[in-house]
Amino acid sequence: MMGKKDKGRIRPGKPAGGGGDISRNSASSIATFRKVLVSIGKNRLLLMASVLLAAASVVMQLYVPILFGNAIDFAVSEGNVDFPGIASTLFRICILVAASSAAVWVMNLINNRLAYRTVQDIRGKAIRQIQALPLSYLDSRSTGDIVQSVIADTDQLSDGLLLGFTQLFSGVVTIVVTLVFMFSRDVGITVMVFVMTPVSFLVARFIAGRSYRMFREQMESRGRQTAYINEIIGNEKIVRTFGREAAASEVFHGMNEELRGYSESAVFFSSLTNPSTRAVNNVIYALVAMAGAFRVISGDLTVGGITILLSYANQYMKPFNDISSVVTELQNALACAARIFSLIEAERETPDVPRELPEAKGAVGIDDVCFSYVKDRKLIEHFNLRVEPGMRVAIVGPTGCGKTTLINLLMRFYDTDSGTISVDGTGIRDVTRHSLRRNYGMVLQETWLKNGTVRDNIAFGRPGATDEEIIRAAKEAHSWEFIRRMPERLDTVVSDDSMSQGQKQLLCITRVMLCLPPMLILDEATSSIDTRTEEQIQEAFGKLMEGRTSFVVAHRLSTVRDADVILVMRDGTVIEQGSHDELIAKGGFYRELYYSQFAGVGEETAC
Amino acid sequence: MKQLLTFLKPYRKEAVTAPLFKLLEACMDLIVPLVVAEIINIGITRPDRGYIIRCFILLIALAVLGMAFSFTSQYLSARASVGFATDLRQALFDHIQTLSFAELDRLGTDTLITRMTSDVGQIQNGLNLSLRLLLRSPFIVFGAMVMAFTIDVRCALIFAAAIPVLSAVVFAIMLKSIPLFARVQQTLDRLLGKTRENLTGVRVIRAFRKEETEIREFDECSMSLTKMNESVGRLSALMNPATYLLINTATIVLIRVGAVRISSGSLLQGDLVALYNYMAQIIVELVKLASLIITINRSLACAGRVSDMMSVSPSINFGKPAVQTAPPRGEVPVSPDSAVSFRSVSFSYAGSGEDAVQGITFDVKKGQTVGVIGGTGCGKSTIMNLIPRFYDATEGRVLVNGRDVRDYPEHALTEIIGVVPQKAVLFEGTIRSNLRWGNEAASDEDLWEALRTAQAEEMVRGREGMLDARVEQGGRNLSGGQRQRLTIARALVKKPEILIMDDSASALDFATDLRLRRAVRDLGGGMTVFIVSQRTSSVRAADLILVLDDGLVAGQGTHDSLLRDCPVYREIFYSQFPEERPGKEACS
Repeated sequence: MMGKKDKGRIRPGKPAGGGGDISRNSASSIATFRKVLVSIGKNRLLLMASVLLAAASVVMQLYVPILFGNAIDFAVSEGNVDFPGIASTLFRICILVAASSAAVWVMNLINNRLAYRTVQDIRGKAIRQIQALPLSYLDSRSTGDIVQSVIADTDQLSDGLLLGFTQLFSGVVTIVVTLVFMFSRDVGITVMVFVMTPVSFLVARFIAGRSYRMFREQMESRGRQTAYINEIIGNEKIVRTFGREAAASEVFHGMNEELRGYSESAVFFSSLTNPSTRAVNNVIYALVAMAGAFRVISGDLTVGGITILLSYANQYMKPFNDISSVVTELQNALACAARIFSLIEAERETPDVPRELPEAKGAVGIDDVCFSYVKDRKLIEHFNLRVEPGMRVAIVGPTGCGKTTLINLLMRFYDTDSGTISVDGTGIRDVTRHSLRRNYGMVLQETWLKNGTVRDNIAFGRPGATDEEIIRAAKEAHSWEFIRRMPERLDTVVSDDSMSQGQKQLLCITRVMLCLPPMLILDEATSSIDTRTEEQIQEAFGKLMEGRTSFVVAHRLSTVRDADVILVMRDGTVIEQGSHDELIAKGGFYRELYYSQFAGVGEETAC
Repeated sequence: MKQLLTFLKPYRKEAVTAPLFKLLEACMDLIVPLVVAEIINIGITRPDRGYIIRCFILLIALAVLGMAFSFTSQYLSARASVGFATDLRQALFDHIQTLSFAELDRLGTDTLITRMTSDVGQIQNGLNLSLRLLLRSPFIVFGAMVMAFTIDVRCALIFAAAIPVLSAVVFAIMLKSIPLFARVQQTLDRLLGKTRENLTGVRVIRAFRKEETEIREFDECSMSLTKMNESVGRLSALMNPATYLLINTATIVLIRVGAVRISSGSLLQGDLVALYNYMAQIIVELVKLASLIITINRSLACAGRVSDMMSVSPSINFGKPAVQTAPPRGEVPVSPDSAVSFRSVSFSYAGSGEDAVQGITFDVKKGQTVGVIGGTGCGKSTIMNLIPRFYDATEGRVLVNGRDVRDYPEHALTEIIGVVPQKAVLFEGTIRSNLRWGNEAASDEDLWEALRTAQAEEMVRGREGMLDARVEQGGRNLSGGQRQRLTIARALVKKPEILIMDDSASALDFATDLRLRRAVRDLGGGMTVFIVSQRTSSVRAADLILVLDDGLVAGQGTHDSLLRDCPVYREIFYSQFPEERPGKEACS
């Protein structure tokens, strides 16, 4: 089918399930389908036009063989040819063929537009939804799954559901119209064809059932092999370091031979469907030819009539085969649609209170805050903190102690369960998220850069910044030193994986340096950065923090000591807070942590 | 591309006979209209019921034979294509095992994996379809025309005219759309990247309040994809109606001419029906051929990529044991007890103009412990990679045990050098199977000894099954620190002469790191040890410390001498031990 769009695209990995599900879930399937119809909205007229054109073209195309049959009947034998009859019949064929070609062409154009516009609409909705979803939703799902929904599922939906719908419809029309036309020629032969239909169907079903099992075995075997390829080729250098090439090759050989066995039978069995149904078709064809010939002899049918019945018998099976493949496609598409709708219809963040937080002085109050990610697993309980403008707050604790939770709450990525967080005395839930976030500069350890130029990335928070401003910020943040050496300086295109971790972090600091908001949230990098870069980062951090309220997730001794308040976190909760001296004196977890993690640096040099 | 065909050789018989059986099946199809014509011309006009029944039996026989031929062909082509793909995959895997690090860097892991999985899969698919259908469709088209000529030359001329026109239309549309498909795929990839970026960067985007901008950029990208898709769609929308129009026009002419021929007595009515049926067969096959060519085109592109990869040859060639590269004139000779020596070594990674390291010269004696320290990208790992000859120096010489590394035969260096890489990766299996990477023949006792040195004994004893404890893929069921200690043990199992630890203790706390270094030092056996680190505490006890700065040796010596003479080392040290800065009171 070339009129249907056909192009390289990602397909969901799983093959369609083996039927049965559709009836069980038919209620929800219908609901999903209705949602699709609603979502195509203004394109609904297009869908109707497409369906009407499909019906019209099918009827016309099916009528053409009848006319050809009639024309043949006008040319019986030598001297017995009705030329005017043939001429007028052929003229009518001309018109029909032209009309139906035009109809198919317009239908194809409409289908294209319908499919692609619907995909675009849905994707547009999806991206808007992603920007508005609460982080709790996004954090709890894998990025790959969501990307899959937005890209592959939408494609599958438009293909399978919209075009499948049209195909299904024209398939049904074809069958009905063919039967009607055949009946009008010869009732007996039509009944015979009709009775034979299920045979072809059953043969196809039988083979599909067998090959499905083999496909699954092939898929599992291939999955094992792909995992091994990922493991070995992904770590090829280590394989080489230990001289394990031959051993790896041998293991791979075993897997490869296993896959050969499964693949051979899967490929073979699945390719039997077409020849088998074709054979059944040929038998039907032969039956029609014989029965037709008998009827001509008995005078109930013309030679043209046989031609018509034969060409119908030939194409009559096609819609049946099409329909069965369309049904699997539809099932698949409905599953995709369900996934997309679960994304698009997920509950968004609570709406903003339409009030702006002005430029803050930087006083932050946390009053009696309780928070947990999961309802029955308590995390932060009745937490209080008062931060004066310009104060430095260090957050320390072992890895995975939930330091990011605090960042999540301060930036209002998550809302507290109870209690309030306020900036300059205003509760952060009483102002817009944008105006709150404008007052914070954030540098996370997990650096994120956009696919774009260095300039795009630095000016991310201030798109209008001039090159002078950008370079000044870069110099202050020590990133200019390596940007200067890049092939196109500010115009160099960078992506998330084209720079070292340290460089990325410096770039992220530059990004904040350019905006200089009154409050900061900084996440110090752990061990992956070398000392020199580390020092530059520390210096850049120091410059940023001058006179600004800052929250620092600290891994450095100096940061911890210089802090006005240290929050000690463990298992997601703040267990101690106070200055360095207070906490050491207190002799609690901090003291323990301090000596194991920070003071230990001097171990070998201890006098 | 030719070299890929050699993989088809073992399946030559299948690859040749599969299309032949398909052609036999096609012959059955081509005979059918003739039989029907006979039914009409003889069976009906006489009329002769017995003749009709005999024709019917013939038709059934043709159907059964056709199915049998087809099954045989499907079986043969499944064997040939699956066998071809299996062998190719193995060859590709083995080929990757021979590539040098430089090629691995250039090609990239993702590319290698894609070639081995989806590309080979596509080739298998394309080959399978080609064997079955590529000959069949043209054969039927051509065969139908030949049959038409045997029936009536005048009418057959219509076929001869229609087929080129139809083919031209079908192939023009296809050839125009193939490059467009590639562009659609590119744009789709961009949109995919954009979506991923929006998800991974959601916090930053929200912190900078860029939601609207991101939506706008996404919409632009999505719109351009839609536009591109629609232009491809407009093209392929022509295919069906155009071919339908053409084939029916030809049929109309055929009937008109046929009628004249019947009227003049040169053609029978049944023959006209047969011609009409052949016309119908042609169009079905042409459309099939068109979509087949799209698939084949796609797999040819894959085959080209795989073939390119197969022709990448390793850049490192291994020496013969007898050959000894003579030192260049003026080179400082290497002392007999030297384990590793560098002589004016420079190295630049392929594709980057700048040298990663430059003019490196140093000597390490057997049994010494060497610390290597310096900033990110200063060339520490690069130097370590030159010792086992993972890369060849661009200039200068690297000597191991006084002998140029280029003179060692393959595997000889990796046998005496144990490397603990920066990335602590383990493989699916058990702890035992992982440790045995170092030495297949190692006894459990050897393994425990290595674990003890690597400070991992307790951890392994604490796991269920101990040495037989499961290690999941990549070692993801272990913590970073546990993985690091196991990778150290893995290298120790080898009992290497030279041990390179490339920043491989970064996830260990300072106390464990210290115990580890002591244990390695106490191993004895004259092992030469390289410790690459960013912590001065890890290297200060070393016999020799190399301080690297931006690809150059900024200083070498012991801790005390460097502290005195090397400003870079001083800067690093005091930044990590502010208490020891002169003028500050030392701790009590």
